[in-house]
Amino acid sequence: MKKLSLISLFVLVMRRDLVLAMRRRADVLTTLIFFVMVVSLFPLGVGPEMDMLRKMAPGVLWVAALLSSMLSLGRLFSADYLDGTLEQMLLAPQSLSVLVLGKMVSHWMVSGLPLVLLTPVLGLQFDMSAPAIGVLMLGLLLGTPILSMVGAIGAALTLGLRGGGVLLSLLVLPLCIPVLIFGTGAVQAVSSGLNVSAHLSLMGALLVLALAFTPWVTAQALRISME
Amino acid sequence: MARNGQMLSYIILRCSISGLYFMLEVSNLACSRGDHRLFSGLSFALYPGQIMQIQGANGSGKTSLLRTLCGFIMPDEGKISWDGTDVKDLDEDYFAQMIYLGHLNAIKDELSALENLRISAGLSGVELNEKDAISALRRMGLKGRERLPTKVLSQGQRRRVALARLLVNDAALWVLDEPLAALDVGAVALIGELIAEHLAGQGMVIFTTHQPLIVAGMEMRSLSLS
Repeated sequence: MKKLSLISLFVLVMRRDLVLAMRRRADVLTTLIFFVMVVSLFPLGVGPEMDMLRKMAPGVLWVAALLSSMLSLGRLFSADYLDGTLEQMLLAPQSLSVLVLGKMVSHWMVSGLPLVLLTPVLGLQFDMSAPAIGVLMLGLLLGTPILSMVGAIGAALTLGLRGGGVLLSLLVLPLCIPVLIFGTGAVQAVSSGLNVSAHLSLMGALLVLALAFTPWVTAQALRISME
Repeated sequence: MARNGQMLSYIILRCSISGLYFMLEVSNLACSRGDHRLFSGLSFALYPGQIMQIQGANGSGKTSLLRTLCGFIMPDEGKISWDGTDVKDLDEDYFAQMIYLGHLNAIKDELSALENLRISAGLSGVELNEKDAISALRRMGLKGRERLPTKVLSQGQRRRVALARLLVNDAALWVLDEPLAALDVGAVALIGELIAEHLAGQGMVIFTTHQPLIVAGMEMRSLSLS
């Protein structure tokens, strides 16, 4: 029988999760609508003071992105856990880390990438300038994969626990603080005419670090949770 | 010529030795869930072509034993070895040699039987083309239902989709936890047939069931947990 290569395994898992997400569109849409709602509530609540809105825009968008990714993380492994697919994944003769990476990437494509694409529209509500929106998008593009990957560790550790969703947020949100700081810092820098490369480079470094370690850590966490 | 002869007999000897060790061996295994000791001092060996049924009342640790064999549960004591090597050291090489079918079917309601089978084959490291997948599903009696989402199938039919994995995998060891649950008489006979074929090809089966399973021409070993 023909053996599956690591890359085809990665593609298989990623494509499977994307197909499942497309067939359960409600789950995906609720997260996105949550993001849009939270962000839109601020201009309504704070009032139309452009200076203040411009200043708070990056923070609001980033915090909303963090919260909406927390919402979707709970589902990352739970469906597979409940129907026994996760057992089969742990018994896969290839690397579990590659499999986990496939799930992380598809999670990001479904819950992180749409946030990046929605940002220009939402940024207009805060009267953000074009360069600020550009940097915010770039920051989210680098940062949301980190949220998916670090969040996956929390999702794996809280698998099968009652009230796991709250615990997941308590575990993961503190770990995401650096991403929040560099992400909002970059936008503030570009707004005050400073160079943004330092902030974005640090985000890039965090992303590389997350790519290197989180799949393995998540795989170990899954093995612990399944026992 | 004499050298060649020696070589040949050496190779035959090596093959027979490795053939001899190609087996599952459990020694002095103990397992507990919480504070409750399920079993201890359990030892057995399973050789190619052998089938073993784990027997015991509800809660006697049948599923825990099978899950321990799969490495989901760390045993309190004892060792499980495959081909003479501890499975802890073999890890993924051992997983390539075994297939586990638990209480849960591991199929997705949103996917069709065909998609489910191809994905689960992929997870166990086998690249399965559509033609082979369809013929495996037909053999399991799912003709005409290959492309339906599995949520419209009955419990028994879903179990058949899960069992179709056995047909598309060349793993030597089958670990089956209640494979006959929800199956009708025809399907039970089919599973008996599949197991007989697997054993004839020097495979090994370890399973639990509360229903009678007839495997033609094979001696059924049994292990009682009490």
